[in-house]
Amino acid sequence: MVELVLFVIFALAALLGAVTTVWARNPVYSALGLMLTLFSVAVFYVSNGAHFVAAVQVIVYAGAVMTLFLFVIMLVGVDRSEDRRENLPVQRPLALALLALFGAGVLVAGRFVWVTGEEFPGAAIGTVERLGSDLFRRWVLPFELTALLLIIAAAGAIALGMFRRGEEGGGEDEDEEGAA
Amino acid sequence: MTVTAGWYLALAAVIFVIGAGGMLLRRNALVMFMSVELMLNAANLSFVAAGRQLGLLDGQAAVFFVMVVAAAEVVVGLAIIVAVFRRRATASVDELSGLKG
Repeated sequence: MVELVLFVIFALAALLGAVTTVWARNPVYSALGLMLTLFSVAVFYVSNGAHFVAAVQVIVYAGAVMTLFLFVIMLVGVDRSEDRRENLPVQRPLALALLALFGAGVLVAGRFVWVTGEEFPGAAIGTVERLGSDLFRRWVLPFELTALLLIIAAAGAIALGMFRRGEEGGGEDEDEEGAA
Repeated sequence: MTVTAGWYLALAAVIFVIGAGGMLLRRNALVMFMSVELMLNAANLSFVAAGRQLGLLDGQAAVFFVMVVAAAEVVVGLAIIVAVFRRRATASVDELSGLKG
């Protein structure tokens, strides 16, 4: 019962946030809508027993990633209004038709057991201990590779922030991306 | 009425479709990026819900890796957006037609 109430409330919040993200003219409102969706998804993680993942969602996504987004929105500028004309002739109707088709396909496919699998009674609770022992035993090589990936990403962001048009290889520029 | 995993999967599908719609319909590079984040979160939600239904922790491990890849993608992508903005003073992908033949 509690889960039903939570699901209804936060499903509406997640959908509202998602629609705001896509619809809002001002990118700051888009970022705030995305943040609403991210928090709602974190609530769904908790009600599905994924406690550690929910904490990571709040800290990494709603904290770090959204801060980064807001930084870049402020850097790029929010006052310039976006041109909403569509240059491709049939892009919008075609996109909406494809989306409706895709949504219907996913929703129909979710009703078949060969997509979703059989239901098992026991729910796996994602505490830090269990998820950590899984990550460091079965998935230790991918885990190490993610460390490499993050280092490459940080180095790439710093490199992208350093090069400018006139001075190739200038080093004293600001780089907000690298700090994250 | 109990909330089954199917409800979460349906919600994840709807959020994914909204995100895909933002990707297809918007022209602001930042909003397109946020739409990608929406799609990634929808995929994560379905991973967690399916993992609960199957009684496995693998879904949550997959979510962990998706989050790391998404963080790396955001860092590099936003750096590219800022670099493009410095050169062209625009965040609209329609105006980035330098490679057009």
